[in-house]
Amino acid sequence: MDIEIRVQAEALDPFAETLPVYRGNASVGGVVSFIGLMRDLNQGDEVDTMTLEHYPGMTERALASIVDEAAERWELEAVRVVHRVGEIRPQDPIVLVAVASAHRGEAFRACEFIIDYLKTRAPFWKRERTRDGRERWVEARASDDDAAAAWKENP
Amino acid sequence: MIRILYFASLRERLGSADETLEEHPRTLADLRAQLAARGGVWGEVFAGGQGVLAAVNQEMAADAQALQSGDEVGFFPPVTGG
Repeated sequence: MDIEIRVQAEALDPFAETLPVYRGNASVGGVVSFIGLMRDLNQGDEVDTMTLEHYPGMTERALASIVDEAAERWELEAVRVVHRVGEIRPQDPIVLVAVASAHRGEAFRACEFIIDYLKTRAPFWKRERTRDGRERWVEARASDDDAAAAWKENP
Repeated sequence: MIRILYFASLRERLGSADETLEEHPRTLADLRAQLAARGGVWGEVFAGGQGVLAAVNQEMAADAQALQSGDEVGFFPPVTGG
């Protein structure tokens, strides 16, 4: 299986990053991509910019371990995970998860599994600046923990 | 000797990004207790026990994990990527 995992401070082009998961591999029958985007609203406040921090080294290991677990559960041809760090603005892509498989079912499930686990296990943190000039760390959401836990209950 | 790294809101609250301890305690739980015993904001952060995650050598680790010389310990809040 073809795996590519990257954490980058440069802008992320989710469409260019999706092409390589299937181009040149005629076994692929379907590709599912998830693109996570920065919104301009959080907890009722307008947000101007966001800064993403991570734990270099551990991040890449955590992502590799999540992708490995997906590859054990489903038959996959290729997976690509690219995550932004640094300063971003509303509408900027934060993360791309692209999964290629022979059949769509495996690709859909693996893609959702990877993003659900990424949100609770990969060491990234968001700090946001609101339009009225306040800076704050984004709080983790219980709904993200629930989504990841559901894969354990209903594998 | 162990190296300790602090991330995100934790780093800001503690005013420290990293430090080195020449003598290290036996387990991660002991290390949390030792840091909490510094008092002040350290006590607030580490005495509660809730909400501060830990990794040893870049793998998520539970409190019972034994520490060894040369280990890298990371402390951080719940993650918010994606």
